[in-house]
Amino acid sequence: MFLNFFYLLKENDIPVSLQEYLSLLEATQYGLPNNNVDDFYSLCKITLIKHEQYFDKFDVLFGAYFKGVQRIELADSLKRLFDEDWIRKNINRVFTEEEKALIESMGGMDKLMERFKQLLEEQKERHEGGNKWIGTGGTSPFGNNGYNPEGMRIGGESTHKKAVKVWEKREYQNLDNGVELNTRNIKLALKRLRLWAREGALEELDLETTIKKTAENAGMLNIEMVPSKKNHVKVLLFFDVGGSMDPYVETCSELFSAAKAQFKHLEFFYFHNCIYEGVWKDNKLRWGNETPTMEILHKYNTSYKVIIIGDASMSPYEVVSVGGSVDYNNEEAGAVWIQRITNHFQHCVWLNPLEDVFWEHTQSLQIIKKLMNDRMYSLTIDGISRAMTNLMSKKLQTK
Amino acid sequence: MNFKGTNNYVASKDLQMAVNAAISLQKPLLIKGEPGTGKTLLAFEVAKSLNKKIYTWHVKSTSKAQQGLYEYDAVARLRDSQLGDEKVKDIAHYINKGPVWNAFESEEQVVLLIDEIDKADIEFPNDLLLELDKMEFYCYELQKTIIAKHRPIIIITSNNERDLPDAFLRRCFFHFISFPDKEIMQAIVDVHFPNIGSKLVEEAMRVFYSLRDVNNLKKKPSTSELIDWLRLLQLGGLDVSELKNLSIHKGNIPFEGALLKNEQDALLLKVLSRGNFR
Repeated sequence: MFLNFFYLLKENDIPVSLQEYLSLLEATQYGLPNNNVDDFYSLCKITLIKHEQYFDKFDVLFGAYFKGVQRIELADSLKRLFDEDWIRKNINRVFTEEEKALIESMGGMDKLMERFKQLLEEQKERHEGGNKWIGTGGTSPFGNNGYNPEGMRIGGESTHKKAVKVWEKREYQNLDNGVELNTRNIKLALKRLRLWAREGALEELDLETTIKKTAENAGMLNIEMVPSKKNHVKVLLFFDVGGSMDPYVETCSELFSAAKAQFKHLEFFYFHNCIYEGVWKDNKLRWGNETPTMEILHKYNTSYKVIIIGDASMSPYEVVSVGGSVDYNNEEAGAVWIQRITNHFQHCVWLNPLEDVFWEHTQSLQIIKKLMNDRMYSLTIDGISRAMTNLMSKKLQTK
Repeated sequence: MNFKGTNNYVASKDLQMAVNAAISLQKPLLIKGEPGTGKTLLAFEVAKSLNKKIYTWHVKSTSKAQQGLYEYDAVARLRDSQLGDEKVKDIAHYINKGPVWNAFESEEQVVLLIDEIDKADIEFPNDLLLELDKMEFYCYELQKTIIAKHRPIIIITSNNERDLPDAFLRRCFFHFISFPDKEIMQAIVDVHFPNIGSKLVEEAMRVFYSLRDVNNLKKKPSTSELIDWLRLLQLGGLDVSELKNLSIHKGNIPFEGALLKNEQDALLLKVLSRGNFR
């Protein structure tokens, strides 16, 4: 009955299964909705969607499908609309008086709607700044952050809610945006990194041994205790500080405080841009108080898990050349030091606060990513989770 | 059997539909939403309005799925055996029934609340799959299968601290309690304060929503905070003219501790009131 709709959801990466589809059919047979589309919408949402992050996508798809504009190409162009990052990246533009007058001259709301649908079908590429396509920051009447007195909003901040139908309001939009990075979330992501071991005071009843000993003791109780399980993972953190890392200070300090709470065996060091022969523990007392990187390689054994946090964005020669450091004249290239670290510590990852869409444009980042054997992850909840999984995996090296 | 909210609980249309669908199709209902939007309360109100008994199971980080079914108290039995107690011969004396068992065994349909399921271990929901699907489980000690006499109405709440497994989600209906809009909020306030002046509520709601609109708040105040705050305002005896003057930009909000629960937010508000923050 609604099989096409079901497949439309599935094609757009909403996890729906046959079981859920059958529940929906069953529910409609019970005659729950009063044959009106609003009830049907609620019912679909209850039965098919199991996480609020998909609500927004569902609202759009539902709207599109039940308006009869269902098309395979549509699914593709809709996907592009969900790319919030792309929209967010664009700043408001200020237009000249001339341009404003031009925009004023465009047609009424109904006309805009029609044109919008038409364009949505036509548009094949992401678009910014022009006068025709749907995109951001342009003078086209459609899009976000642009200026047009009669413009239609696509995504972004809403200032008014005049839409007719619930799904058109798209109230759940910001739930779609991935999880906010806060200390608690980071802690949960870091939780993946754990190695259980029994050590220390005798705190728990060892049931197996107690039974055995009691039996040996002809049935008289003989209690045996063991230490409780504790997380014994050992972590080394390296933070890039200063310069291009300044915008990420807050994120990094959140990660730092989460890691400190999560790991008992934690050591941290700072570096600038790239790791060379010395790192330091106190930014104010850096000069003269550096810890030789070689000493770290000797002091901490290979079971330490290494997490390096930095944007890896610098001039390429800061990584590959002798004397390339911006701070002083380094005798060996940064690349050599990174290689030494990855050779010594089996488990290393690089967390990058820079969004991964920009990664390919930075040469130094690509070099470092290669040096890290591709083990570079973005500093988001998802990235941290994947990085921790990699640190825990028994298989070595690559992603 | 139809749930429509109660005198003390305002349920949106969507929520009513979700509850009723879960009841008629006999599936567990998973409820998520911001803290303080009445997730746990829902189960109690459903029980009250349908006149049913409620069994609750508050999940903690140490909870095991088994504990909801039953626990075998081996230590008590061991002690009794050493003391030569007659009870020791029947293992049934040492089976402590959990909320799920009690709900299954009940002579009439009951409501079963599994609260904050996300607090437990990652495997917890997976361990309950069969129990929720077939509404039965096997007790090894007694060697018998416990089958629900009447499938209970199961309401599960989650605070989103971790994602639940897909297999589990597939067996549930899902509803997200979104933050109430002004209309529903008004109805909720009316339910809690039948005698409060409408002007006072209007002004208080204005301040409340402007506070919620502040970007970058770590924890936005929710329904339960508004209710607490209104109670304080009422007790404090502020009159409407004073309230009219309140604004988050003036830094003169009384009892702000009831609305903001962490110091960064309080600080943010202070900065806002100094006017050097946009």
